[in-house]
Amino acid sequence: MSETSYTSDYLAGILKSAKTIAMVGASPKSIRPSYIVMKYLQKKGYRVIPVNPGVAGQEILGEKVYASLSDIPEKVDMVDIFRSSEAAGPIVDEAIAIGATSVWMQIGVINPEAAAKAEAAGLKTVMDRCPKIECSRLSGEAGWMGINSNLVSTRRQHLL
Amino acid sequence: MPEYSFDTLSIHAGAKPDPATGARTTPIYQTTSFVFDDVDHAASLFNLQQFGNIYTRITNPTTAVLEERVAALEGGAAGLATASGHGAQLLIFHTLLQPGDHFVACKKLYGGSITQFSQSFQKFDWHVDWAETPDAEGIKAAITPKTKAVFIESLANPGGVIMDIEAIAKVAHDAGVPLIVDNTLASPYLCQPIKHGADIVVHSATKFLGGHGNSMGGIIVDAGTFDWSASDKYPSLSQPNEAYHGMKLHETFGNIAFAITCRVIGLRDLGPAISPFNSFMLITGIETLPLRMQRHSENALKVAEFLESHKEVSWVSYAGLKNSAYYDAHQKYCPKGAGAVFTFGVKGGYEAGVKLVNGIELFSHLANVGDTRSLIIHPASTTHRQLNEAQQEAAGAGPDVIRLSVGLEDASDLIADLDKALKA
Ligand SMILES: Cc1ncc(COP(=O)(O)O)c(C=O)c1O
Repeated sequence: MSETSYTSDYLAGILKSAKTIAMVGASPKSIRPSYIVMKYLQKKGYRVIPVNPGVAGQEILGEKVYASLSDIPEKVDMVDIFRSSEAAGPIVDEAIAIGATSVWMQIGVINPEAAAKAEAAGLKTVMDRCPKIECSRLSGEAGWMGINSNLVSTRRQHLL
Repeated sequence: MPEYSFDTLSIHAGAKPDPATGARTTPIYQTTSFVFDDVDHAASLFNLQQFGNIYTRITNPTTAVLEERVAALEGGAAGLATASGHGAQLLIFHTLLQPGDHFVACKKLYGGSITQFSQSFQKFDWHVDWAETPDAEGIKAAITPKTKAVFIESLANPGGVIMDIEAIAKVAHDAGVPLIVDNTLASPYLCQPIKHGADIVVHSATKFLGGHGNSMGGIIVDAGTFDWSASDKYPSLSQPNEAYHGMKLHETFGNIAFAITCRVIGLRDLGPAISPFNSFMLITGIETLPLRMQRHSENALKVAEFLESHKEVSWVSYAGLKNSAYYDAHQKYCPKGAGAVFTFGVKGGYEAGVKLVNGIELFSHLANVGDTRSLIIHPASTTHRQLNEAQQEAAGAGPDVIRLSVGLEDASDLIADLDKALKA
């Protein structure tokens, strides 16, 4: 079903170089995928800044929520998009404008035009993937759930 | 990372050196439970916000190696191990069906599956509709608006039949339902159903994956291909789940949602978990899967050719024989070999069958397949005896039928043993 394929090295490169992630479409509800991903990424040491005009000014998981990417007063490395494929277009434009270095669209979020635009502006892009699943996969945790990591190694594994 | 070949993955997939100790062979994590770092960690695990080990009924690090190994060999997104093949089938249907739901299966199945589907599943108000013929047309004709899935065996037990997976996958997908393929007899070395359109692969790992007749186990592989939210047919996956505070499992877990749901609902609540020791035995078995399947298939072909020319034998049903109706399917779906298991007919019917199994010496008379040892059974008097004669015939297990699972011994010893017992 997925129209996109990325090497593990490519995905790991993005996840390793990012420190601050802006999450567009972050939800304050603890059962929503965005909340779960945000909590996970925080545990992994990322600074995650939630963006959601509906709850701007409130806090999610201890972080102040902004109405838009351009309202964020600090440098953002990666923009993680929890919105529809169509909505991703203008969000990518904003991500380029604020100087992000990568754009990550969640599972089901696929917008090739927006991705091409971001690539042309020098940003790395990912569509139809979840950074939590990829991070778990790449660090070996996902194996605990029987997930095919597509990784083979004869070296001792050091969990992130 | 390079794209490693099947034989390499058989040994390495899922099994990195142990992170805690550096042990090279996968350790047997013989523990029921795992400590939490703190209350928040525990909450994250229980709420599925983070992957991790809680309790061996749900996950275990030794079992996880087995799961990832088979998922990799099948070319799937995720795997799930269970206490037995039947346990795996139970979890698959528990995830897909609601009370009152139907699925379509073809009668060329292991007898135990026919009984599980037509009898025990009735108690859950799950209903099997049998296809009249073991092909895409037969399956298509059996599909109704109530159908939620199609189930077939790739290489069908008790033997000789190879299903047209590609055509059947198309029929299932046209009806908006997933194709489940039991790949027990072929093993992923001979056939990879996901490449041909299967959405879910299931194994009795008890058989060729383990390969030594010493450990029970089952595996489910989620291909990661099916869109569970495209219709309202699969509420366990697409609708908010009460047990997880309203989480939608497909939305949350994407292409691994089926495997995760089988685990965090089915395995958690129904409980057919595999023992870590058995997982270890199965992992060890899989390391030699390619070598064994080659030898199994070579030996089976020699034995089948011998039987074909024997005067006490009326027919041989082995897809590896040139005159088999399934020879073309064999070339398409499992060109590396037609497997170890097949059937033949003895002249003299039921009595001649009983006489053969009583007289044989090197073959073990038992109800299993996929052992290093050669195995023989007369299905009509054993595995298929719960079925009536019409059902036996339909399942390819009529009164004159003998099933062999040809082992890894020297083929000439096996041939001599069969010759002696047939002539007696
Ligand atoms: C093709 C097939 N599927 C499923 C099963 C059931 O597996 P288990 O005995 O591991 O429960 C068997 C067992 O004989 C089988 O041969």
